[in-house]
Amino acid sequence: MSEPSQELAAQPAEPLMQLDAVERTFGGGRTLFGQPRPAVHAVQGISFDVKRGETLGIVGESGCGKSTLARMLTGLDRPTGGRITFEGEDLVALIKSDHRAVSRKIQYVFQDPLASLNPRKTIRTILEAPLIHLLKLGRTERRERLETLMQAVNLAPEFLDRYPHEFSGGQAQRIGIARALAADPDLIVLDEPVSALDVSVQAQVLNILADLKRRFGLTFLFISHDLSVVESVSDRVAVLYFGQLVEMAPARQLFGQPRHHYTRLLLNSAPAPGRRNLDAGDAESELPDPFNPPPGCPFFARCPAGTQICQAEMPALCPAPDAPEHLAACHHPAGDDRDPGP
Amino acid sequence: MSDQAAVSTGQQPEKRRKKDRKGRPSVLRLLLNNQLATAGLVIFSLIVLVAALAPILPLPDPDATAPADRLQPLFSAGHLLGTDALGRDILSRLIWGARVSLAVGISATLIAAFFGSLIGLLAGYAGGRTDTLLMRGIDMVMAFPYILLALAIVAVLGPGLLNALYAIAVVNVPFFARNIRGIALGLSRREFVDAARLSGKSHAQILFGEVLPNVLPVIIITMSTTIGWMILETAGLSFLGLGAQPPQADLGSMLGEGRKILFTAPHVSIVPGLMIFVLVMSINLLGDGVRDILDPRLKSGSLTRPTARTAVERKSVPATDVRGEDAVLDVRGLKTEFEIGSSVYRAVGGVDLKIRKGECLGLVGESGSGKSVSAMSIMGLVPTPPGRIVGGVAMLGDEDLFSASDERIRQLRGGAVSHVFQDPLSTLHPLYTVGDQLIEAIRAHQPLSHASARQRAAELLATVRIPNPEERLNAYPHELSGGMRQRICIAMALANAADVIIADEPTTALDVTVQAQVLSLLAALRRDHDTGILFITHDFGVVSAICDRVAVMYAGKIVETGTTEEILADPKHPYTGKLIDCVPVLGQPERRLDAIEGRPPVVNALPPGCAFAPRCPRAQPDCLQGEIAMRDFGPERGARCLHPLGEEGSADV
Repeated sequence: MSEPSQELAAQPAEPLMQLDAVERTFGGGRTLFGQPRPAVHAVQGISFDVKRGETLGIVGESGCGKSTLARMLTGLDRPTGGRITFEGEDLVALIKSDHRAVSRKIQYVFQDPLASLNPRKTIRTILEAPLIHLLKLGRTERRERLETLMQAVNLAPEFLDRYPHEFSGGQAQRIGIARALAADPDLIVLDEPVSALDVSVQAQVLNILADLKRRFGLTFLFISHDLSVVESVSDRVAVLYFGQLVEMAPARQLFGQPRHHYTRLLLNSAPAPGRRNLDAGDAESELPDPFNPPPGCPFFARCPAGTQICQAEMPALCPAPDAPEHLAACHHPAGDDRDPGP
Repeated sequence: MSDQAAVSTGQQPEKRRKKDRKGRPSVLRLLLNNQLATAGLVIFSLIVLVAALAPILPLPDPDATAPADRLQPLFSAGHLLGTDALGRDILSRLIWGARVSLAVGISATLIAAFFGSLIGLLAGYAGGRTDTLLMRGIDMVMAFPYILLALAIVAVLGPGLLNALYAIAVVNVPFFARNIRGIALGLSRREFVDAARLSGKSHAQILFGEVLPNVLPVIIITMSTTIGWMILETAGLSFLGLGAQPPQADLGSMLGEGRKILFTAPHVSIVPGLMIFVLVMSINLLGDGVRDILDPRLKSGSLTRPTARTAVERKSVPATDVRGEDAVLDVRGLKTEFEIGSSVYRAVGGVDLKIRKGECLGLVGESGSGKSVSAMSIMGLVPTPPGRIVGGVAMLGDEDLFSASDERIRQLRGGAVSHVFQDPLSTLHPLYTVGDQLIEAIRAHQPLSHASARQRAAELLATVRIPNPEERLNAYPHELSGGMRQRICIAMALANAADVIIADEPTTALDVTVQAQVLSLLAALRRDHDTGILFITHDFGVVSAICDRVAVMYAGKIVETGTTEEILADPKHPYTGKLIDCVPVLGQPERRLDAIEGRPPVVNALPPGCAFAPRCPRAQPDCLQGEIAMRDFGPERGARCLHPLGEEGSADV
């Protein structure tokens, strides 16, 4: 996954998936006796498009709602508000009528490769499931397809008759990728696909993903907390904080000129070989209480540029003056005042 | 990566797999190792065998009465165990009765297991309203005393062996349902269930195809521990005259018939009583043994329990008098092995580590390279069996830790040498407040009153920059965020003025911004308290942020050492070079990541010479001939390589 596909980003690509003010609340409602139950807003009003053929990176720390978002996009969970459309059709309605149709188009690669494989099934049984249930393939077709799949993820065909515990993390993740690939989907949601792996293995898996994307014309939604990994794979990047989209831009721009102060903090606190001093930010502040979200910007308590308006009002997602594709939800975006742009 | 590479890496685990199978003791061997379970197995098999053979054994008719021969004593002619009040042969009745009791007990267990597991599976998988409905029903059944419920059922259905069987099965359904529901509930939230859903499986296919196979061992464990209980309950109902009806013999009814003449002819009731005791006891012993083997929590693959400290069986002891000038911890030639089955895993094969006052040494390597085992060996935290230290010394000041007494090690643990582990949630006790745990850690080493220890604990929390320390002492671990928990662990490590902190991937589980906070905290504490840190990590980014010096580990050996700057700028060992190159770097997205082909070698079959040679692009034939010595490249700078990077010529042949 070395070169983000520049040609694809340049073409006017149709949106494959659109999110419109998507919300997911856990809890809430009322108890038997009419007492309101506390509710957590895991995802709050997220809107963006996924273009066909791109890799959209989604960055955020634990608790920012990125896994909840991923589960909604694959149909494992449903939004409590807003709309997700896939190829122009409403995803929730599609799942209700035929969940297999959605699984043929959208697939998921899990964070923990071993937990996502049933310990009591052979790899063959695991990989055959989508071929039987989604594609309704016959015996000989299945055998051929399994061979292609194993080759695509660079695993020897002998591995098919083994059990998951006999594999290393990197191999197990490649099996997870093969399973996602089995139904020949258009969109694959990758939820932290390499964060459980050793660095040396991480590179292998990233290279295989880049190769598959090129060969099968896939669209990737790549979720990770590791900025350097996201930077190396993504065409565009979205940054989530506390369930909200705070910044979104083409990768080069986001990493080159971050506008939201949270993105800056993330960039400055990421360790890198040769970097001596990490920006620890304000060491004492934490995420706001999810049961009582603040009225204004959730990052206010940690933000170096916060003013009164930030505390009172949630900033809207606005494009940068010089780059319409670079959106940031900040009252005082970095870079704008000092460098108004050409 | 070429296909060839994939195939060659495929063969390596193949070999290992076979060894593993030989290595882990078989189920039968594990069972036979448990003497009580073996005794249970032998007695139970014997009883089952005799009961099964009852029709072909030369026994008199159990129901044939002979009033002339009534109440014959034990060992009388023709009646080994005597006769009962109607002159029936007790031995024959005992064997036929055991047959009935066994059949009823086992079938009741099967019925209860089937329906109970089905209810449990459905409730656990469906969750929500279905779960509430099913489980409240089960709760209602459990609210009655079981014998009362069984009596009520028999009262409705009428007395009889079959009705007693139904009653006992119904009474035991909740037991299975609750056990299985808990397991199914956990399994249904696992990722592989989501994955099956995305593979297009229907709910029924997931429940019976994915969840059930994982629940089966639990069902078997529960069954093995309930059969005995069921036999007792059957006997209880028959004793009350509600089970087996005369003249049919069953252990409970024999006991009931003997009760009336307990004082005139005690053997009539004692014999079936003893039989019930022996039968149920043998089943329970066997059931406990089966549970110990199948229960994953009790499964360690080892035949004995680990001891409190790693066994030290040193074959070679390096000289301890050569004092490393200012080192606070000096480990030399450390070797740690694991003996699993017939194979020996040399996890650490001669490691030297030196940490000065206030210095942070990074120990870097892939998973399985032996870095954690090296660190745990220092304070004897490697479980024995299967682990043991077979060589080397660990000098803490002037003291060799490997020859110190257990009591001395106990004093040093958490005192002069303390640990910070990767996952703070599993390190902290979930049922005690962090204050209690800190106070305990302090008072274990310092003679302080509870109040002053609490004072000290609050100071420690302030040291690790936790806001409102007094208040936070009353918090439970789950109430704190991951970063806060790790700070508590660091505070605990600092509690007794440690000379050395061994930090095993302390920031791997944390978010980047929190990681940066914890790293800067550790760096500051090290400066303020002059504490040496052994920092284990796989991330060169983290290394540059905190470590002064680095030791790179591969297959149980240190392959390169030097200062952080030297190693990052000019790695000598090809492995170090590859390890640095495969990390994506912020700001360089175009860089093609250079993956390391293949996998680390298995440490029970290390090749002679350099263990990295099979994966190394610079490997030459001489790399595989004999031990490769550490080559000096300057003061405290060395690499275990014959063809180091930056030294062309020989490498390009």
